[in-house]
Amino acid sequence: MFQYIVRRILIAIPTLLVISFVIFTILDLAPSDPTGNLPLSIPQEVKEQIRKSLGLDQPFHIRYLKWTRQFFIDEPLALVENVTGIKFPGSEKRTRIDSWSTHSSVIDLIFQRMPQTLWVVGMAYVLGILIAIPVGVLSAYRQYSIFDQLGTFISLIGFSVPTFFTGLLAIVIFSVKLKWFPSVYDTTLVVQDWASFVKQLKQMVMPVTVLAFFNASQLSRFMRSSMLDNLTQDYARTARSKGLQERAVVLGHVLRNSLIPVVTLIALGIPGIFGGAIITEQIFRINGLGDLLIKGIQNADIPLVQTLTFIFAVLIVIFNIFADLAYGLLDPRIRYG
Amino acid sequence: MSAVSPNARAKQKPKSESLWLDTWKQFVKHKGAVVGMIVFFIIVFSTIFGPMIYRIDPQYNDLRARNQGPTLAHPLGTDNLGRDLLAANLAGGRISLAVGLVAMLISIGLGTVIGVSSGYFPRLDGILMRLTDMFLALPLLPLLLVAIMLFRDSLRSLVGPETGIFLLIVVLIGVTSWMNTARIVRGEVLAVKEREFVTAASALGSQNNRIMWQHILPNVLSPILVSAALGMASAIITESALSFLGLGFPSDVPTWGRLLFDGKDFLSLTPLRVVWPGIAISLVVISVNFMGDGLRDALDPRLRTKG
Amino acid sequence: MKIKLLLAAFVLGTLFNFGFAQRGESGELNILYWQAVSLLNPYLSGGTKDLDGASLVLEPLASFDPDGALVAKLAAEIPTVDNGGVSEDLMSITWKLKEGVLWSDGTPLTADDVVFTGQYCMDPDAGCNSSDRFNDISNIEAVDATTVKISFSKPKPFPYQAFVSSLSPVLQKAQFATCLGPAAQTCTDENFYPIGTGPYVPVDFRPNDVVVFEANSNYRDPAKPAFSRVTFKGGGDAASAARAVLETGEADYAWNLQVEPEILNGMAAAGKGVVVSAFGPNVERILVNQTNDDPSLGDNRSLYMDGNNPHPFLSDPKVREALSLAIDRQILVDVGYGAAGQATCNLVPGPTDFVSSANDSCLTQDIEKANQLLDEAGWARGSDGIRAKDGVRMSILYQTSTNSVRQGTQALIKQMWEEIGVETELRNVDAGVFFGGDPASPDTYGKFFTDVEMFTNGASGTDPENYLAGWTCDQIADVSNDWLGNNIDRWCSPEYDAMIAELATTAGLEARAELSKKLNDMLVQNYVEIPLVHRGGVSAHINSLQNVHINPWDTEMWNIADWTRN
Repeated sequence: MFQYIVRRILIAIPTLLVISFVIFTILDLAPSDPTGNLPLSIPQEVKEQIRKSLGLDQPFHIRYLKWTRQFFIDEPLALVENVTGIKFPGSEKRTRIDSWSTHSSVIDLIFQRMPQTLWVVGMAYVLGILIAIPVGVLSAYRQYSIFDQLGTFISLIGFSVPTFFTGLLAIVIFSVKLKWFPSVYDTTLVVQDWASFVKQLKQMVMPVTVLAFFNASQLSRFMRSSMLDNLTQDYARTARSKGLQERAVVLGHVLRNSLIPVVTLIALGIPGIFGGAIITEQIFRINGLGDLLIKGIQNADIPLVQTLTFIFAVLIVIFNIFADLAYGLLDPRIRYG
Repeated sequence: MSAVSPNARAKQKPKSESLWLDTWKQFVKHKGAVVGMIVFFIIVFSTIFGPMIYRIDPQYNDLRARNQGPTLAHPLGTDNLGRDLLAANLAGGRISLAVGLVAMLISIGLGTVIGVSSGYFPRLDGILMRLTDMFLALPLLPLLLVAIMLFRDSLRSLVGPETGIFLLIVVLIGVTSWMNTARIVRGEVLAVKEREFVTAASALGSQNNRIMWQHILPNVLSPILVSAALGMASAIITESALSFLGLGFPSDVPTWGRLLFDGKDFLSLTPLRVVWPGIAISLVVISVNFMGDGLRDALDPRLRTKG
Repeated sequence: MKIKLLLAAFVLGTLFNFGFAQRGESGELNILYWQAVSLLNPYLSGGTKDLDGASLVLEPLASFDPDGALVAKLAAEIPTVDNGGVSEDLMSITWKLKEGVLWSDGTPLTADDVVFTGQYCMDPDAGCNSSDRFNDISNIEAVDATTVKISFSKPKPFPYQAFVSSLSPVLQKAQFATCLGPAAQTCTDENFYPIGTGPYVPVDFRPNDVVVFEANSNYRDPAKPAFSRVTFKGGGDAASAARAVLETGEADYAWNLQVEPEILNGMAAAGKGVVVSAFGPNVERILVNQTNDDPSLGDNRSLYMDGNNPHPFLSDPKVREALSLAIDRQILVDVGYGAAGQATCNLVPGPTDFVSSANDSCLTQDIEKANQLLDEAGWARGSDGIRAKDGVRMSILYQTSTNSVRQGTQALIKQMWEEIGVETELRNVDAGVFFGGDPASPDTYGKFFTDVEMFTNGASGTDPENYLAGWTCDQIADVSNDWLGNNIDRWCSPEYDAMIAELATTAGLEARAELSKKLNDMLVQNYVEIPLVHRGGVSAHINSLQNVHINPWDTEMWNIADWTRN
């Protein structure tokens, strides 16, 4: 097991390097331009000068190597310096990854955005799982019952109607008509007492519900189908015929086996939390990571997008290792050699 | 006895023809599947033949009839440019269904092949899963911008503007959405591979290919079918997001996703504008899902003995 | 008697209130922009949202009022030739600063700060995006502590560029001293928390999200500003920003509400707020490619080549005229713009003195005449209703940026052109790509690899000289200048060039206005570009917010110090 983990981590390093290179190449090829959003009244020569000041006149490989050095050497050192207060030699020579649109450190931006995303998107994810698993299990166990049919219907509608629409519908009903919840997420709110806590809850209700509904819709479909497959397997029959209680069969044996593919999905979705929910964050004006990413893409802010996507890639690789380990734990027949 | 694949048991029947007939017989016993199939074909036929009967041009701006509810002249109402919504929904359905189906097939096909190979051959597992990681990490929007920049003009001159953008969109959506399917299928294959009937089959000297396609694939079919139904919905929606970003079809070509997107701001003025494409997408997804349910039940020999 | 007393008390009370308004008495102000502020230094970010955010803090020497007239901000008065501030030979301008202005940190504003700001932006490595406002400046010097003299290398008939308008405010030398040249890019704290002379001070800056300002305790008018705290929130889309002011009342002010008129009117009907608009220099127009954009030409696509690569049919003025005649501009306004637009036939739509009335006949659509023109030119309709001549079909590829109003306009114009037998293929391109300058992308507005394209442009202020100079022959966008020329139509006329040269040496508002009108007429009557809609800024504020005067010539926040709550 330990050997397996070490091997996976060792493979992960070249994988990530390749990924970082591919991402950088795509961003570099993409035709968006950091001066594209400037007013047309700014003359073209001035825009050319701005591009030059961002370092865009340098060749591709130099810019890529610069980013790699900053990401793997300069930024970690800067982080340690900031946390511990110890100064390493040469700290004035090192440069941090600066975003082109704000001219500030990308890593700082990410740390600033992380809490909102974890709160809203993370909460919606957990809630989605908590709804999806029991719904999926029950739907499968009582296949074709009213509960199953209704659950199927609602979850499929939930999946067919995109969040840009459900979010808007929620705002029109609950903010405009009923005035229960705010439509603009106040990111400067600090939770310090009961009143501000209630305010925070109120502004989280709509985005979390919209996202959780969408997540649960998808996950419950997979949970149901996985349960259905296992309920009729030979081992379930054997367990029943051995005289085990139905409850023990379903929850002990069938559920455990059915969770295997679902765990993959859940583990794969966790990096997605850090990717934020681009559309939902836009609609409710939550300054999360998804919002940061989409604005970075719109402004052709290559250092920002490159760093954010790469961190995303690192998380994907890590959580895939977790997912594979979870397989081994849930299904002892799977052995990693 | 338990060492024989359930599927192999079904295979013992003399002719494969009877297997298909049998599956079909089982399929039509599934009420939901039959209803789903009927609804699906009604939608498909009306988008194919509807525009031939209902001959209003979906691109015509009737400026005297903007933002209308259902009337005799415009049975589903009009949008803010006075375009007929029935015509737009019918024409939009053609494209959305085509995009949804083809993109879903590409994505499911890729996902299944990569997932099965990765789960079955430990040697391929590492490289294929790292490839999956990379595709999961790729930033979709810049990728699309690059693809549009590189291929749009050559496709336009090769097959015309609309077919060109259709091919581009379908391939792009398919190629960027297979990863979840691949991961799930691989997970299932890893588990199924260790089951007795597979070990038995390989002990009996069956070819890898034969084991993969005849023993393993039927047993991992249900998550694939779920992915297919969900994949179709997300392909239709993704297409709308693309047109919003200026990467999809030209703005005067209606699609369901686009109608939904364009209509969202008119929610309080002409709410029906979003209801029609919303219903259409939901109906397609639900009917595909029920057909998938029926198909899975029909292919599952254990359920068959029950009925 | 009692009533009279009460009345007197009321009147007195009102006077008292007005006379002794207190700083910060109106509480909090919530401003909602659907694009968020990235940084508060307008020299490094030219987006309107950044200019507007920064204008709460940083001030120029003078700015424009809603009529386009200059008003002094940090200057004591506007220098002119008459008061001796501008030299007779138009080679220099001398600004006197207001006495006693303090930076928000309590130190006095001096002429050194102004000189430093000039140095900061004129450094070629700084990437300053207002650097064109400092063109032709040979020297900036501090004559004394409150006097700045700017000398030019050639006569400047309109010298109000540097340090005028929110594009070019004064920075504090003490704060930005280490940010000259390439260092400008990395001065994060300075760009996020600039020290200014304006009514507010940034206290919490979250890039691309929200800025919180508090009243500047050193502001020169002790009674202002009326709000103690301003939250400047960004993000989302225009429709939801409008909703937050007009329907839910969560915000006090929302900016640039370009949404379909019926939606905006529906929201305004709720009665919580009002929609305000103002018309400046911007015109939505169709650019007509004078060169051949056929993809089969390969590298010669859309190249001017000294006039040897003309467009197969758009190089004929009659065809261009027909395209213009076929458009009903009022419908475009009604469907897409509402309060945010007016049909126009000019490329210079303001200020009033500069507006030509020679072209107003285009306001009425004339399909018949358009058809007649095309018939006369020998373009006959084929069996499919599309005109053709010598095997060339009148098929137009029509590109613009992605934006729901623009796509609506495209659809309407496509139908109008269909009526005169012209076939149109529509294309919309992501704005970041379309307005960008990536030399590898075929979709930028500068490359213009289509037959026509549509976007909004206009002078960057009241004086249109720089804008009109964009149509000279040497500005033609071409491979040789990386497609960065401003003459995107690739239209060339020596007569026009001569008039631009004349404008560059003409002083006096009236004479300049006359010349500008002639230039405008020349462009419009040659149908180089087809003006469609004069676009205004549209914003909304809540009913209780007072003294909002939306300004098309400068930032909308130009008078935020005067805003109060009723």
